[in-house]
Amino acid sequence: MLNNKHSVTLDLSRCKGCTNCIKRCPTEAIRVREGHAIIKEDMCIDCGECIRLCPYKAKKATYDRFEDFADYKYKIALPAPALYGQFEDIEDVDNILNALLECGFDAVYEVSKAAELVTEHTRRYMKKSDLPMPIISSACPAIVRLISLRFPCLVDNLLPLMPPIEYAARQARKEALEAHPELSDEDICVLFLSPCPAKISYIKNPLGVNQSAVTGGLAISDFYFKLRSKYRNIEEPKALSTTGIIGLNWAGSGGEATSILSDKYLAADGIENCIRILDEIENGSMHDLEFVELNACIGGCVGGTLTVENPFIAKARLRSLRKYLPISGNRIEDDEALTPDVFYDRGIDNNTSCVLSEDRFTAIAKMAEIEEIYKDLPHLDCGSCGAPNCHALAEDIIKNEAKLGDCLIQLRDKQNKS
Amino acid sequence: MTEQVKFHFDIDGENFTSAGEASVRIKKMLREMGFSSEVIRRVSVAMYEGEINMVIHANGGSADVIVSNDKVEIILADNGPGIADIEQAMKEGFSTAPENIRSLGFGAGMGLPNMKRYTDDMRIESEVGKGTTIYMTVNV
Repeated sequence: MLNNKHSVTLDLSRCKGCTNCIKRCPTEAIRVREGHAIIKEDMCIDCGECIRLCPYKAKKATYDRFEDFADYKYKIALPAPALYGQFEDIEDVDNILNALLECGFDAVYEVSKAAELVTEHTRRYMKKSDLPMPIISSACPAIVRLISLRFPCLVDNLLPLMPPIEYAARQARKEALEAHPELSDEDICVLFLSPCPAKISYIKNPLGVNQSAVTGGLAISDFYFKLRSKYRNIEEPKALSTTGIIGLNWAGSGGEATSILSDKYLAADGIENCIRILDEIENGSMHDLEFVELNACIGGCVGGTLTVENPFIAKARLRSLRKYLPISGNRIEDDEALTPDVFYDRGIDNNTSCVLSEDRFTAIAKMAEIEEIYKDLPHLDCGSCGAPNCHALAEDIIKNEAKLGDCLIQLRDKQNKS
Repeated sequence: MTEQVKFHFDIDGENFTSAGEASVRIKKMLREMGFSSEVIRRVSVAMYEGEINMVIHANGGSADVIVSNDKVEIILADNGPGIADIEQAMKEGFSTAPENIRSLGFGAGMGLPNMKRYTDDMRIESEVGKGTTIYMTVNV
């Protein structure tokens, strides 16, 4: 069972109780009650849609701050590849990595490096027989949580390899301990520079692993200005980056899928597009696909709500950054084997928070009551009751979270009659 | 025990993009009633194939789903052209879909065979010129 610790939160003082967010939440996790929004913790997948569309900026992503980790002896930065697309005037990734050291980090481990290693492991994994097809990328935590909540038939299709963020953190810790035998694991903090709230939630509440090796999640948007003030002054940067084209491409939609070397792939981005694809995979109408990459954000990770730059501009910058890079900067020594340390510790569970009752007879009886109530609702899905649609209101009534009188349309019609 | 819940859907025959909507709705309901992913998948595939068939051949129709603790019954009814030879229609690869439909990737002649494969029981009643009703059951 996923225990839910969320980056996406509500700032009550800013919320006006409008219904913009409830209608666009892909898991129907938000209600407006007593004049303000409420996020249902067990349903929220931290996709950040509500942050994007709240007109009053009442939805926020919470994140860690660099200063909170002052007590650690050794600090490692894990820059997401999306970070590299945020600056308009750099020609070399090393400028950013050196600037991270200037900001107080002791070492840098590029997530794009881990991404290239995960890519190679994925190619090997895809050669196995009897895999449930298509394999669905597990790199976007919002998508993994969406599948565990809404697509129980597809949980087994998820790629059971660690996402690059996790693999990077584990490798970074290992390298640090080897280079500095005087350190112990507790002395090290690994901080991810995140483009999105979903990855920050991942750190607190990981998927597929029992505990994340990442210590904290900083927001790219928050750390941006600090970095900017440093990288301009770096004249001769140390050569730190080992990432090639593949690693950088992971920052945008399609980067992961194209590197798998199968032409039977699909890459989609934007949460509503992803839902449509998942529905089609589930009902069997997507044939002959081997690999599916889904990104909750439009454009991929560069479209995350904790970035500063427009995702399409960021993508263009990454294209010019990668111009003289090798295809891949990282290889696995052993030619054939899949190293066990890249696999999940455990599978992804189905999130059963939406189940009406553990006892199926009771659940069916409740559903019958819901349908009875739903039948008489106006079916306008206007949201003025505070639920995203009429069916959700009927469900809430049966769960004792709302009452029939909450439907303003019904109320109006009753008044007109009397 | 007679506890059961009924759902009714009108299948719009106007366009392909709406085909599958009933299947998506029923998936959500089954999930909320705690059915296993195996049952959900079978109902979802059978419903979707049926919806597509009704859109292609019959200009839409209706789907009724009756959910009980031990089985899910699906009744798909349309007022389309009917099936002249049911035995032939059940053969894999047999299709009467027009060329423009096939060019969209439909009409491969797998619809009815898939519906049979994914359900425990399937019965077709059809009369040429009047329409077709398909009864399917997925046991839980």
